[in-house]
Amino acid sequence: MRLAAWIVALLLSAPALAERAIVVGSKNFTESYVLGEIVAQRLEGEGFEVQRRFGLGGTLICYEALRSGEIDVYVEYTGTITEVILDAAVAPERSALVEPLAELGLLPLPELGFDNTYALVLAGDRAQALGVERISDLRGHPRLRIAFSHEFLRRQDGWPGLRERYGLEQDPVGIEHGLAYQAMVRGRIDVTDAYSTDGDLERYGFAILADDLDFFPRYAALPLVRSDFPHAAAAVIGSLEGRIDAERMRRLNAEVVIGNRSFAAVAADYLAEEGFAASPRAAVTWRSEMLANLIRHLQLTSIALGLAVLLGLPLGIVVHRSARASRSVLYAAGLLQTIPSIALLALMIPLFGIGLVPAVVALFLYSLLPILRATVTALGSVDPTLRRIAVGMGLTPWQQVRHLLLPLALPNVLAGIRTAAVISIGTATLAAFVGAGGLGQPIVTGLALNDPNLILQGAIPAALLAIATELLFELLERRLIPAHLRQANS
Amino acid sequence: MTTAAVRFAGVTKRYGSAEVLRQVDLELAAERTTAIVGESGSGKSTLLQLINGLVRADAGIVEVLGSDLEAVDLLALRRRIGYAVQGSALFPHLDLTANVTLLARLLGWSSERMATRLGHLLELMELAPELAHRYPHELSGGQQQRASLCRAMMLEPPLLLLDEPFSAVDPITRVGIHAHFERLAASEPVTVVLVTHDLREAVKLASDLVILRNGSVAQAGPCDEVIAAPADAWIERLFRSQLG
Repeated sequence: MRLAAWIVALLLSAPALAERAIVVGSKNFTESYVLGEIVAQRLEGEGFEVQRRFGLGGTLICYEALRSGEIDVYVEYTGTITEVILDAAVAPERSALVEPLAELGLLPLPELGFDNTYALVLAGDRAQALGVERISDLRGHPRLRIAFSHEFLRRQDGWPGLRERYGLEQDPVGIEHGLAYQAMVRGRIDVTDAYSTDGDLERYGFAILADDLDFFPRYAALPLVRSDFPHAAAAVIGSLEGRIDAERMRRLNAEVVIGNRSFAAVAADYLAEEGFAASPRAAVTWRSEMLANLIRHLQLTSIALGLAVLLGLPLGIVVHRSARASRSVLYAAGLLQTIPSIALLALMIPLFGIGLVPAVVALFLYSLLPILRATVTALGSVDPTLRRIAVGMGLTPWQQVRHLLLPLALPNVLAGIRTAAVISIGTATLAAFVGAGGLGQPIVTGLALNDPNLILQGAIPAALLAIATELLFELLERRLIPAHLRQANS
Repeated sequence: MTTAAVRFAGVTKRYGSAEVLRQVDLELAAERTTAIVGESGSGKSTLLQLINGLVRADAGIVEVLGSDLEAVDLLALRRRIGYAVQGSALFPHLDLTANVTLLARLLGWSSERMATRLGHLLELMELAPELAHRYPHELSGGQQQRASLCRAMMLEPPLLLLDEPFSAVDPITRVGIHAHFERLAASEPVTVVLVTHDLREAVKLASDLVILRNGSVAQAGPCDEVIAAPADAWIERLFRSQLG
């Protein structure tokens, strides 16, 4: 299994290696995008060809992607490396990390200069009213509503450790980080986690609670690469050493979230201010980006749907005669359906890396159940007398399927495929988390930026696509199914 | 009437622990119409489905058109056996023509041959040409029933199996279809096995009669002989109650 996964990963990374483009990744929050752009443009400025795989959904996804060669570099934080990747008591300093990372085939490049540690924030007015300035002050307010990002809730250097160190008794809920600030502003929650260089903190006037018991470790940003990363490129990225302090980083972040500027523009300005060569990469308009996203989205869903039809339909035909086989197959497909889509996507990464393939595989698995179920049910409901006649008159098993069963099952089968298609279009918006792109790209970025406009740039086309798909299938039904059978089945 | 088209020898059929047919020995004469009658549960449908292999015997030998069913290419045999059932069972997604000619098309008949045979059958069954491209639900019950007979006869089979084919239509329509059936049976050299629960229908259409009771043959022979000499009191009562 493990070996197969590596072979697949190797095959998938082969074309990228052949092109010699350096693939820069980023996580799905503002700072990671900005740093990804800075690294990418810095490389482009020195003549390297760069591919961007931004907005990957979390540390483990980035880490797996880096190890499997799906990306070549992304900016990570020392504290995250010790807590999440190494899971060991190592000082969160570059010098201490070199050795344990080398065992994993990874290399930390020089630190960029700032420390973006976790912080707890409270709405400014609430903080004043309650007199809360330090994290220990939270002890006196057990009723405060706390919501943390899912990663923070789980990490040992997040809530579990924090609660222990400070003896806190609140019962926090999980929330998508991009939504937490809105919830704070609207007064739905009182406390959430934040990054200390977050540009939004200024915008909303949140109060940062002092870490008076020194719980949070150091989160110094540094580019992480594999040990086989080309030296020349490493040297170029290394030139960023110590060039971004916390104040600078907060400002860069704020330019994006408050100034509404693109990551690329902010990164370009930064590099110019620092006197680095400009990237020749032409600015991409959102129009062409949206078209590219739309095309990628169609690619994702149509490949997955096509595969699901190719497998689901014959499988349904084969198993429908046996009640037991149908039950087990439907049960298995149903089980897949119950895995939350984002989790299923994450499970695909160790097997298929990141990008198109894991997304297609996950969507394919999701599409399978509606198609299988529709096929099995539709075939099972064909009048037994008609079947008896078909057998008795001397039709071969295939002829029975082709000339009796399939035509009669078609309305229901088409309905199943239609359901699968619409589910796929919706679920495919999550594919951006594993670097597959598509209409989820602006949604993921929009969530990171807390930018409803950007979210809508993904959500509206996705909705329109779903509607167009419904219409297409209606047309297909009219084409393929005689009117009296359409009515009988709808 | 020299050979038997269908021969059962010591045939037993069980469903689970229930014995539906018990040691049946029976010969059905070629090119004649034999009616199999009996109460529901007497095993008459099972007997019919043993002939085209939809049901396999647990013991005994079934010989159809000269071949032992256990040793024959069932698919090829079925294509030599016409089959029609109660309620017509036309394929709802095909029009009349496509229903009747489906197998001929799959067997690669030329379109002229197909058209000739179809035309002949439609004429025999008095199905007007304008009905040819209607879907089953656009035909009356009687028309559907006649179309299903056309389908069964399309490949000019030497053997025709009819499983209560006329019981789903109203009595007046039924009289008409009986006439159509008799024309058909008279115009082709075909052996017909007709399962029915209606003794009147059996006597009217068939030359031979097989009476089944609890999975065994109670009496068999030419209709007039059987009616003239019922084998036991139960059969006599049956005739009296149904034929008056």
